[in-house]
Order: sequence, then structure tokens, then C-alpha cells
Amino acid sequence: MTESTDWPLWEVFVRSRRGVSHTHAGSLHAPDAQMALRNARDLYTRRNEGVSLWVVPSTAITASSPDEKDSFFEPSGDKPYRHPTFYEIPEGVKHL
Amino acid sequence: MTTVTAQDRTAAFDAAVAADERIEPRDWMPDAYRATLVRQIAQHAHSEIIGMQPEANWITRAPSLRRKAILIAKVQDEAGHGLYLYSAAETLGTSREELLDKLHSGRQKYSSIFNYPTLTWADVGAIGWLVDGAAITNQVPLCRCSYGPYARAMVRICKEESFHQRQGYESLLALSRGTPAQHAMAQDAVDRWWWPSLMMFGPPDDESAHSAQSMEWKIKRHSNDELRQRFVDICVPQAEALGLTLPDPQLKWNDERGHHDFGPIDWTEFREVLKGNGPCNDQRITQRKQAHDEGAWVREAAAAYATKHATQRPAEPTTARTAPGEATA
Ligand SMILES: [Fe+2]
Ligand SMILES: [Fe+2]
Repeated sequence: MTESTDWPLWEVFVRSRRGVSHTHAGSLHAPDAQMALRNARDLYTRRNEGVSLWVVPSTAITASSPDEKDSFFEPSGDKPYRHPTFYEIPEGVKHL
Repeated sequence: MTTVTAQDRTAAFDAAVAADERIEPRDWMPDAYRATLVRQIAQHAHSEIIGMQPEANWITRAPSLRRKAILIAKVQDEAGHGLYLYSAAETLGTSREELLDKLHSGRQKYSSIFNYPTLTWADVGAIGWLVDGAAITNQVPLCRCSYGPYARAMVRICKEESFHQRQGYESLLALSRGTPAQHAMAQDAVDRWWWPSLMMFGPPDDESAHSAQSMEWKIKRHSNDELRQRFVDICVPQAEALGLTLPDPQLKWNDERGHHDFGPIDWTEFREVLKGNGPCNDQRITQRKQAHDEGAWVREAAAAYATKHATQRPAEPTTARTAPGEATA
């Protein structure tokens, strides 16, 4: 057999209806982008789950490392003043 | 600069499991946890695709276009379930090729239930009701499994399984309420599928090799016997509504336990089927390998086409590309 390796892996993103973002649905193997789209349609939208599909080669995704999760996301940890709940507003003041 | 010690990692893993958080592919995990998951998810994926065979056996002979369309959709769903699960297994560092290879060479197993033959049309109904029903009972708790990709695959699968069970039940009900011959066919199917369905929950708790550790890791949430009991209790009134009986003279309500008592399961049969001596073991694997081998030219052609187009016309896809910036929206 000449087949020696798996087809490349693709990540599938589905927009469930107009007005919302594409969301990661899962992954699949396909030889090229066209086949990946068709396979994604058959695999992830058999029940009208989507109105739009994206397929992205898995190798094209750069991910943050779970090991550095604390230090990587730390900068936002000590900035509670970015949230509206940080501020004290007198009782009764409206539309604020 | 601090280094993460093995102890820290184990502690972080244990804490995440204890807090009911999900473990994700790039997190550190114990080797045994990874191996257990690969074994379980692979077996589960194999069961989905081998499970296509007994039912596909009746597609060309379905009694109406309605039943035929339903059966095709169900069998297609099972292929989809297999693919979700293979993807989940691959996040643990195995490849699709390796998984299929292990199935074909018998180094990984699939559920013993699919080694029984589908002798009549009523078997399709009985499988939907009992086999998919038992699978749902097993799978619903797996939606909360500690391994994220497996849990997410199970959520998707469980949503689709409910149609499988209901179409089977409806089909059996039509037969049960049909002619005396149709009723007898439905009863015969239930008689043959009942005990193998109870075996789907695996060996009794005191003989289950992997159970305790899997419960500790929150891969598994309930014991085999607990799920089996739940299934029996669910099925008894459903059988009554069908107008069919379950083939167990010892089956009766136990007021004290608040559950149904049921007769002993023939575990010798279970072990024999698992060992490869069931009625259809050879046929299932032979057919699977044949389908894989006969599809080789399609995979090769698609790969050759992809290579050719990658070298000839780089970056000119025929479908609409996303607008700049849209890909991050
Ligand atoms: Fe399934
Ligand atoms: Fe199913």
C-alpha cells in the first residue's frame, strides 16, 4: 500500500446562525481544504447546526502553552479597575 | 525562575480532577490516565463504526422509504460518532492510522454486542431501543468525564442518540401492534437482544478490572452494576407499553430495594464473544478490513489530487475566502 501517512488534520469552526461568531466544533482529516469543507458539512452540520463553516489546518494554529498559563495571563490579574464593578457609585444614581 | 517538579504536576492534575475541572490535551497527565483514555476512547470509536454493519445489513430491505431514510441517517450518525471519538483519541497522541490498524489486527476491541447477527427487520428496532438505549445510559455520565475532548464528543453524541432510540422504539411498536406474525417477530428480536444488551455495561463490579481507578479519575462516574440496574428499571415499563415481554422469568419489582430484581447474566457467553468466538466476530472484522482496503484507491487519489494542486496553484481556493480580519471575529 502506498498510503503511509494520515491526511492532514483540520479544525472546524461553525457559525450556527447569522449574527453569531464561528465556534470551534471539532476536527477532522482531509487531503485538502475543499474536501475538508465537504467532510465538515457531513460531520458537523447534519442537523442544520450551521450556516457557515471554516476549516483551518491544525498546524496553522499557534496556541499558548498551558504550563505558562499563570504568568502569561497574569498581567490582567491585578487590574480589577478594568471592570465596572470596581467603582463605588452613590445609591440612587441612575443610568451609570 | 522556578522549575515545575513532577510532584507539582501530579498535584495540579489531582487538584483539577478533584475540583471537577476538565483536563485538556496539552495539560500534563499521568501516563496511566492517558493510556486508559486511549484504550477506552478507541474501543468506543471502534464500536461506533463496527456497529454500522449489523444495521446496514437491512438498509436495502427496509419495509418502506420512510424507514429506509431513517436507517440510513442513523447508520451515518454512527459513522459520525466514530469520527468524533477518533478525533478525541488523537488529541492524546495516537494517530488515526494506528487506531484503525489496532482494530484490524485485533489489538483493540469493540463492544461485544456487535458480534450478534441481525436476523430479521425487527432486530433493527430492537437495536435502536435496547442497544442504543444501553449506550445512552452508559454515555450520559461520560458527558461529565474529566477529559475535555472526550466529554465534548459525548455531548454531541448523546444529542444524536436520542433519535436512534426513539426510531427503534417506534418501529418495534408498529410491529408489536401489527399482524400476529409481525408481533412474534418483534418479540423474538427482543428475546435475542435483551441479555446481550445487559452485558454492554461490562462485567459485575467485583470483577471489573479498570473500574475503581477510572472512577477515581472521574473518567467513569457510576459503576457497571449501577448503570445496568438503571437500564433495567427504565426498560421494564417501556416493554409494557410496547406490549412485549422481557425474556427473564426472575424479573420483578423489589419494593425494599426500590429496583427491579433480575436473573443472572451468562458471563461465560460474554467472555466467549469477547475472546472472538461470537457468531459474527470474524465477519465484522473481515468486512471492516475489506471496506478499508477497497477504499485505498480513493484515499490515494484524493491525496494525489491535493499534492498536484498544492504545487500547481498555490493559494487560489475556489470557494470564497473570508474577508480580511473576519477570521478573527
Ligand atoms: Fe452512536
Ligand atoms: Fe446510536
